[in-house]
Amino acid sequence: MPTTPTIRIELNGAPRACPQGGTVAQLVQELGLRPEVVAIEVNQALVPRAERERRTLVEGDRIEVVTLVGGG
Amino acid sequence: MSHGIDTTPLARAVPAWLADEPLRIGEHVFTSRLFVGTGKYKDVEETRAALAISGTQCVTVAVRRVNLGGGSDAAKGPSLLDALDRTKHVILPNTAGCYDAASAIRTAQLARDVLGTKLVKLEVLGDPKTLLPDPVGTLEATRELVQQGFDVLVYTSDDPRLGVRLAELGAVAVMPAGSPIGSGQGILNPHAIRILLELVQVPVIVDAGVGTASDVAIAMELGAAGVLLNTGIASAREPLRMAAAMRDACTAGRQAFLAGRIPRKLYANASSPLEGLIHAAGRPDAP
Repeated sequence: MPTTPTIRIELNGAPRACPQGGTVAQLVQELGLRPEVVAIEVNQALVPRAERERRTLVEGDRIEVVTLVGGG
Repeated sequence: MSHGIDTTPLARAVPAWLADEPLRIGEHVFTSRLFVGTGKYKDVEETRAALAISGTQCVTVAVRRVNLGGGSDAAKGPSLLDALDRTKHVILPNTAGCYDAASAIRTAQLARDVLGTKLVKLEVLGDPKTLLPDPVGTLEATRELVQQGFDVLVYTSDDPRLGVRLAELGAVAVMPAGSPIGSGQGILNPHAIRILLELVQVPVIVDAGVGTASDVAIAMELGAAGVLLNTGIASAREPLRMAAAMRDACTAGRQAFLAGRIPRKLYANASSPLEGLIHAAGRPDAP
């Protein structure tokens, strides 16, 4: 059975493998996150919610996934 | 929104002669001048109850990495956003924890993407021990965020000239610290805040350092447009009672400002008539 090629990314500071050709939207789904309560950066640049489906991840991408928490 | 603690008795009518004009910040109009943070509460229920009792219409939140280490997480299960009633509270995301303009700008952009709001409470801090605002980074980030279309409420020191420069850059509100964040030291330099209030032409909201109700009242009596606090309520022994005290202090201070305090005088000025005393003679001479 052929395996999907993977790439290595950095997710919230930790290394992670993900499928080659995967998008930001797919990553959010794979992580089991509610898309409407998170925001995503790739390489220190925001990927707006409307562009998550189109944005493909590549080897070495540094991803930040954030949400809102209590704070002053 | 329903929660386990009854907060309705505090909702009371204000007679027409006590009416105040609302506070306008960006596109928002507030009748409460208290801004309350959502950090440090025991749980979501206490957060919601404290916000309701405080009467606030604008609450701050922070932006943080999703915890991907397994277990329950806010981005998988219930989120803080579910707990906040956005019909009652405008959500004001902050850039707390940012020590340079670039990371504050990134944080603001992330918050805007989640919330769909133009509002941001900008914090560019100098160091983690004092949490004092870094003036140069704060200026840089204000300039950039205003250009990017944000409505910037900017946390700053009580330096009046810096406040003027931030307002000139287009900040919609200037937020001087009364004292260091979470310190509970109150308003350390009321004279600087008074001068800042005279010079700055946008709403001035005293932010940080509030320890108890009288600190809120003092800020409002000076003429601040509002007060933002978090730890003073959340870390009080009884947060809900303190939320009520802060609400009343905000109203009391505001009404005292509008009413106009008497000037301070060195010598006494009797409240009772000086004529008609039964002991006409024997009044001692003034020294």
